Amino acid sequence: MWNLLQIELFKIFKKPRTYLAFAIIAAFIFLIQLGLLVNGKDWMKFMLGSLDETMSIDYSKLVNGYAVCFFVLNLLLVHVPILVALVAGDVVSGEASMGTLRLLAAKPVSRMQIILAKFFATAVYVFALLLWIAVISLVVSIAVFGENDLVVAKTNGLQLIESGDVLWRYFCAFGFAFIAMMVVAAISLLLSVLSENSIGPIVATVGIIIVCTLISEMEIPLYQKYIKPYLFTTYMLGWKGFFYIGSTEDGETIKGSIQYLPGILKSIAALLVYMVALVAASVFIFRKKDILS
Amino acid sequence: MSSIIKVNHLSKHFKEIKAVDDLSFSVEKGDVYGFLGQNGAGKSTTIRMLLTLIKPSAGEISIFGKDLSVHRHEILKEVGAVIEKPDLYKYLSAFDNLAIFAKLSGIKPDRALLLEQLKMVGLEERAFSKVKTFSQGMKQRLGIAVALVHKPQLIILDEPTNGLDPQGIADMRNLILHLSRELGKTIVVSSHLLSEIELVANRMLIIHKGKKIVEGNVATLLDPSKSLVQIETKNDTAARAKLLHTRWAAFLQDNTRCLQFKMNKEEVPQLLNDLVSLKVQLLSVNPMHSLEDYFLSLTTQSGYVESFAN
Repeated sequence: MWNLLQIELFKIFKKPRTYLAFAIIAAFIFLIQLGLLVNGKDWMKFMLGSLDETMSIDYSKLVNGYAVCFFVLNLLLVHVPILVALVAGDVVSGEASMGTLRLLAAKPVSRMQIILAKFFATAVYVFALLLWIAVISLVVSIAVFGENDLVVAKTNGLQLIESGDVLWRYFCAFGFAFIAMMVVAAISLLLSVLSENSIGPIVATVGIIIVCTLISEMEIPLYQKYIKPYLFTTYMLGWKGFFYIGSTEDGETIKGSIQYLPGILKSIAALLVYMVALVAASVFIFRKKDILS
Repeated sequence: MSSIIKVNHLSKHFKEIKAVDDLSFSVEKGDVYGFLGQNGAGKSTTIRMLLTLIKPSAGEISIFGKDLSVHRHEILKEVGAVIEKPDLYKYLSAFDNLAIFAKLSGIKPDRALLLEQLKMVGLEERAFSKVKTFSQGMKQRLGIAVALVHKPQLIILDEPTNGLDPQGIADMRNLILHLSRELGKTIVVSSHLLSEIELVANRMLIIHKGKKIVEGNVATLLDPSKSLVQIETKNDTAARAKLLHTRWAAFLQDNTRCLQFKMNKEEVPQLLNDLVSLKVQLLSVNPMHSLEDYFLSLTTQSGYVESFAN
């Protein structure tokens, strides 16, 4: 299994397409950072609306590395699934269309091992991608903009998180995003097992995410009650929960707390169930599949 | 002799299509076993079942005396294969491709061993070039290196001469003979280039529409004393009637489109003389003795091969 995993990683990281995602992310984040470096205060004023009419706000402190990273993640994490699908959707179907799948499957390794090795190799890729996002959006932003308190917009107003209470939340948020992206990878893997070309699974994965997200966001009771709870997209944005801080009855924020921890844990559990079910389905189908490519 | 491959009543159906239908054959140790059939005859499906790429609908396969469905892992360790086109990872070098498949076959991809293997197929100078820059012939040679890197006992080559130039075809033939004669490997080779099979195989199987037509020793099947002569005349029915009371009636085959005689080649001039004497107008005379004739006959009448083999 270790051998297979090494081989799969070697194949993924030797493909030029793999680095496309890293390049796109770097370019996107640098553009945001540049924009905020030039017009950061205006952006923060826009975000806070008319709040400065009731209180005095030092905008230069609010535009800090943590805030830039939060902004980046809000914009970027919705689109990372596309970059995950770009690699995960290709792992089996790409080999089928290239003709190497038959060579691989005719070797003395089980089909279950092949699928699991491909899934774990994809996990390493997703981890590397998120680490890359973390380094550029968090580390570089802190280096450029400095550290300070983070202002987070909630439905019922704004919330300030002290700078010393922020970093661990980012670690948790990236950990959550990793699980969410692995569900996307598992969907792509399943579609990849069913397909003989790479484009199909990539497009289908993106299509599924778009449709599920739209259904999740439609305020139609039928969908909200009966469909939304079963859609994986309902749980994918749970990473934001790590930035909603708990408070006392007097409205005092509690340092180190998370307001909706059970909800986050429920989301993680739901995503893990999806991931395991999708990978199990991929293994089951691939074991039965006649390789005709 | 011990059977390396034993296939019993193997069938594969894709919905209503019978790709392989109740096929049985055996390959003995040291054989170069020719696997012949037209496109769509079921050769590749059978080979894929031997390599566990396709699950049989019915029947059993045993390789090295072990049931393939039970001992897949240990059997495939001793099998090397080129399956149809030599498709490899185009974005990797020849060396990397070889290293990957060596590892997958359970051997340590030692640099010297891999370079030695590439040298054997004449690719040592391109060892670190990406496969996407290779010609079809070079890819085919690399495919052979991949099949042989773990030194398997059984080598399965599905259409190995596909896309090769004449020199490449000759090289492939020499390689097959070398592997068989010098290294004692058992080889199953399928090809639609029948003359190639004729030159390398000692035993063969012909399948048509998934069914076995004939299996046997190539030398026996090509025995000149069992030649079949096909004669085309202006009016076959009339010619057949004229021959009815001559000694040639005994050699005349039934239910054939043209006149076909199963006889010694030496007697053909006399037959032609007699036909001319009987005022039969001859259009063509074709001696049928090569494997190619087997194949061509399949497209016209399937009874031909059985009659030839008997």
